[in-house]
Amino acid sequence: MAHTPLTTPATPPDVPHAARHAARRTSDSPDLSQDEILRYSRHLIIPDVGLAGQKKIKAARVLLIGAGGLGSPLALYLAAAGVGHIGLVDFDVVDITNLQRQVLHGTKDVGRPKLDSARDRIADVNPYVKLTTYETVLTSENALEIIRDYDIVIDGTDNFPTRYLVNDACVILGKPNVYGSIFRFEGQASVFATEHGPCYRCLFPEPPPPGLVPSCAEGGVLGVLPGLIGTIQATEALKLIVGIGEPLIGRLLLVDALHGRFRTVTLRKNPECPACGTREIKKLIDYQEFCGVPQATADAKKDRELPEITPRELAERQKAGDDLDLIDVREPHEWEIARIPGARLVPLATLPEELPRLDGTRDIVVHCRSGVRSAKAVRQLQAAGFKRVWNLVGGILRWSDEVDPTVSKY
Amino acid sequence: MPATLFLPAILAKLADGKQLTADGATVGELVAGVAARYPALAPRLRDDQGNPYPFVTFYLNDEDIRFKGGFAAAVQDGDELTVVPAIAGG
Repeated sequence: MAHTPLTTPATPPDVPHAARHAARRTSDSPDLSQDEILRYSRHLIIPDVGLAGQKKIKAARVLLIGAGGLGSPLALYLAAAGVGHIGLVDFDVVDITNLQRQVLHGTKDVGRPKLDSARDRIADVNPYVKLTTYETVLTSENALEIIRDYDIVIDGTDNFPTRYLVNDACVILGKPNVYGSIFRFEGQASVFATEHGPCYRCLFPEPPPPGLVPSCAEGGVLGVLPGLIGTIQATEALKLIVGIGEPLIGRLLLVDALHGRFRTVTLRKNPECPACGTREIKKLIDYQEFCGVPQATADAKKDRELPEITPRELAERQKAGDDLDLIDVREPHEWEIARIPGARLVPLATLPEELPRLDGTRDIVVHCRSGVRSAKAVRQLQAAGFKRVWNLVGGILRWSDEVDPTVSKY
Repeated sequence: MPATLFLPAILAKLADGKQLTADGATVGELVAGVAARYPALAPRLRDDQGNPYPFVTFYLNDEDIRFKGGFAAAVQDGDELTVVPAIAGG
């Protein structure tokens, strides 16, 4: 990996503290068997790791939140490295769309709980790893209890509420939080919640409103990217465990895979941070509420109150030869993947320019991939005075399910 | 003062690319200038009142502007301003 010039951290890296956490069980000094000595020989011959470091790795207890894109390389590499006890939190089942990046799971695992395929794979990678699985959503009710048993927490989640939850729980319990986050070709990584270092809230005091920042499911992600960021997180965890190097405490690593740029910026501990600064957050809060999810759900409910047409109804109207204007508000690259016959492409961002050309006397049906963007379009059209406008509920995905399975889902 | 603004890919599509040259005596002025040039990008950089969001962090030469006076932070010739929005994918 390319080295970026490092700025002096604003906060002195408190490695000893983090390492103390990570290695609190080294007093147990687990011995390595001959088989383990051979297995870890490439670690043992690095002077910085050596036998003492490998024993620390064996004694370490690391909790991975999420067995998805980031969790896959994390689980594989930390297991291979010999982390003695790995905890894995996930509630999802393996979906075919996961396999482009989630290398912990295979084609044969589609439909299985991710924790089951993770267990099989980790046991194969390294039978010396003790794995504890938590098939649950991490919540304010269970987070402290789960995290308490571990030395280091690694955030491989895919949503803002869980990221703030993990952060606050780690600050409250004093556990280092190895952070990583990805979108399309770019990623971020850091180490939060060490004794003197900043936390996630120092970087982003509040989350964006729901819907502003697309998720990987909505916006896509290069399959390799979670590999890049997840292995950086795994590297940071091992550095903390062994107590070597310069962890990403007080620094944020920005990765731009498309342009081949790695860059670090300084992260300062915010003295006014309610989590790690003033410490006014003494217990976990409602993170769905904090992230505006209930409001977004209410908005989505309002979307359902918009005039809707189901794919079957639309197909019947098309078959009957009804005159209607079927508008697809997706992007051109999505149009290339799949389209509904009779539709024309007007990407959502260009809809305002199209308004003067629309015929208000015709019935207008708007569709997108799943029905969310087209709901926005319907609201825009209604606001512009169009009365005969319908949202195709479920979008092209439901069209594929209910009308024409030859139309590809994506 | 001419400075360079670096945008993440998610915002670059709303401007002419990832790297923009912009003028302004302060970060706020520079951002306002860019917002005027790219109306679609404007609401992603700052709120209606022209204030920074808590979920978009600006780095002026690797320093978080929140610790340098926020949008009032002075910009020098050749400075680099990096926009880092919160992303949650995993």
